[in-house]
Amino acid sequence: MNTFLFLIYPYIALSVLFLGSIARYDRDPFTWKSSSSQLLRGKQFRIGSILFHVGILTIFFGHLVGLFTPLPLLAALGVSHEAKQILAMVVGGVAGLAAIIGGAMLFHRRWTDPRIRINSSFADIAILGLLLAQLLLGLFTIFISAQHLDGEEMVKFMHWAQGIVIFHPVPVDQISSVSIIFKLHIFMGLTIFLLVPFTRLVHIASGFFAPMRYFLRPGYQIVRTRRTKPLPPRSDSDITQARIAAAKRPSAAE
Amino acid sequence: MRVRAQIGMVLNLDKCIGCHTCSVTCKNVWTSRDGVEYAWFNNVETKPGLGYPTDWENQKRWNGGWKRTRSGKLIPRQGSKWRIVANIFANPDLPEIDDYYEPFDFDYEHLANAPEMKAFPTARPRSKITGERMEKIEKGPNWEEILGGEFSKRSGDYNFEGIQKEIYGEYENTFMMYLPRLCEHCLNPACAASCPSGAIYKREEDGIVLIDQEKCRGWRMCVSGCPYKKVYYNWSTGKSEKCTLCYPRIESGNPTVCSETCVGRIRYLGVMLYDADKIEEAANAPEENQLYNAQLGVFLDPSDPVVIEAARADGVPEDWIKSAQASPIWKMAMDWKVAFPLHPEYRTLPMVWYIPPLSPIQNAAEAGAIGMDGAMPDVRNLRIPLRYLANMLTAGDEEPIATALERMLAMRAYMRAKTVDGVIDEGIAARVGLSPAMIEDMYKIMALADYEDRFVIPTTHREQVEVAYDIRTGEGFTDCNSCSTGMSKGSLFGGQKRPLKMPQEVQ
Repeated sequence: MNTFLFLIYPYIALSVLFLGSIARYDRDPFTWKSSSSQLLRGKQFRIGSILFHVGILTIFFGHLVGLFTPLPLLAALGVSHEAKQILAMVVGGVAGLAAIIGGAMLFHRRWTDPRIRINSSFADIAILGLLLAQLLLGLFTIFISAQHLDGEEMVKFMHWAQGIVIFHPVPVDQISSVSIIFKLHIFMGLTIFLLVPFTRLVHIASGFFAPMRYFLRPGYQIVRTRRTKPLPPRSDSDITQARIAAAKRPSAAE
Repeated sequence: MRVRAQIGMVLNLDKCIGCHTCSVTCKNVWTSRDGVEYAWFNNVETKPGLGYPTDWENQKRWNGGWKRTRSGKLIPRQGSKWRIVANIFANPDLPEIDDYYEPFDFDYEHLANAPEMKAFPTARPRSKITGERMEKIEKGPNWEEILGGEFSKRSGDYNFEGIQKEIYGEYENTFMMYLPRLCEHCLNPACAASCPSGAIYKREEDGIVLIDQEKCRGWRMCVSGCPYKKVYYNWSTGKSEKCTLCYPRIESGNPTVCSETCVGRIRYLGVMLYDADKIEEAANAPEENQLYNAQLGVFLDPSDPVVIEAARADGVPEDWIKSAQASPIWKMAMDWKVAFPLHPEYRTLPMVWYIPPLSPIQNAAEAGAIGMDGAMPDVRNLRIPLRYLANMLTAGDEEPIATALERMLAMRAYMRAKTVDGVIDEGIAARVGLSPAMIEDMYKIMALADYEDRFVIPTTHREQVEVAYDIRTGEGFTDCNSCSTGMSKGSLFGGQKRPLKMPQEVQ
């Protein structure tokens, strides 16, 4: 069981996440969207959505940095495991609370508002429920972590996560002793990764890439041309210039 | 100079009878689907009124269009790129569907299936979103039809800015006009500028603004960015949609559905050549009332030999140049100056223009007393206040509107003199700065409005776009993962079909 959770499932989940997303993006880009329901009801949406998204993104990047910062780099920066553990608990706690409050508002709205309820797919509701459950589990882990503030459990997870991504996983028995809450949290997290390509969660990727391209695109406007042959370098060619100059000269009749 | 061509439209409000044929035919073709029941790519409003969606003209409320910052930069009114992206989780300027109206249908089947009852069976409304019974319909697509509702509400109309509006609430002084609206296919579209995904684009060859449905991610910034509120979020598909100017029809040289079916023959379509390099400067004119003239400055005279050469160099096809020379849009906007952009102060440089309506003389009792300026009444005595039209069409500048109305009155007086009295009165034409020939042409195009005078639309040049040989036996328009030939840009499963390259003779 531990082998499956810590060794096999991560690779299954990540493979489905990446391959599934690529396939959906390629085959059915029309379905790639945020599926916003703001138009149908603005009430409860703004506060709920902002709390939820800001909270969950903070947590996401917190996990990313927390789990994947190489240990030697941490040592070089002089960050002790105790300090990092406290930091993770405080930031994660605040962000988690924000996300769970926002998420609850969104869930309440989606569940009770007839306009949104009837236009929600099973996946829309289920994925929000899963995220809320995962957030709750995540908050529970704070109490477990509070029992060992030395950060040693956290270091175990860092070794494990870093081992997964460099295809050199740590032996399962090094990590199998952690609390069941952590195990559930990891299982749920990987499951959510697995479900991304099949739900509206695909919009997360666009949430990162679209603004990047927006900032990179010169100016604001986009003009598309369908010409198969490019235009001659505009108005620069000698012939064009000569013809324009000739056109500028008043004709003999004038 | 960089010459581009744009299909522009002019609507002659003087002849609009408010029949909504344009709206209905448009809806039947484009928006009779789930998620866009509430959306009208074309709608007709009765003015004065708050319009659809309610109060759309009030950009203090909706933050649509562009603004010029104090330092003279032009940015979307809802914010620069950073502000737009910062609002990506929840768009603070997005209307709710109730600002348009909750779409509904009636239980028509009940009329046929009701059991025998004492009371006559009725068809009661149901929401098209939830399917639930709606006890009271609060709003519809044309809620203020023919001045429906009390004046106190309708007088919230943004175009009353700077007008003592109370007297227009009195029955004797009331006025009304129709305003058909569709996407403006702007030269400086705020929707495209607001789209973080880059899904909205302007077509180089004809200026039509479209939304790439496969690139749209549903961030909804275009809906709030468009000051005309003519981008609609499809709540069923989660994508934004808008008027396409019926591009498949335009490409084949046919007018849009709304124009084709207009029974009043008020709509005109034609080519305008414009200088793409001048757009930014024009949209960024320091004062709002300079914007109308600034936009006139963007258009290029298609009979100027220099423009013609430059247009050729920039790839404008020959028949498009010819069409631009015969364009009714050019005549009305530039030669006669009777057509105006809708709300130029939004700084989008819109390309659907309007001829302001004439109206009866304000007070019948004074009809004999007021100044008849020669054979014509003074336009300042017309029932619709000049200022009202100016607020709508020139950002408050009354002079161009007055001139346009005078010219339209002059056309009537001149033609009346000619056909009734058999007199050619050149003085009438001269008084409004026109020649008799111009007035005759105005009469032909604006009053008679024959089909071929209204619509001068060159076909698209597909030979510049695709190799016809490769798409033979294809299906044309497709929604099945590029299953038709010639459309696919290559895919993960199966790769790109490489067209067979025949060996070419060496020259």
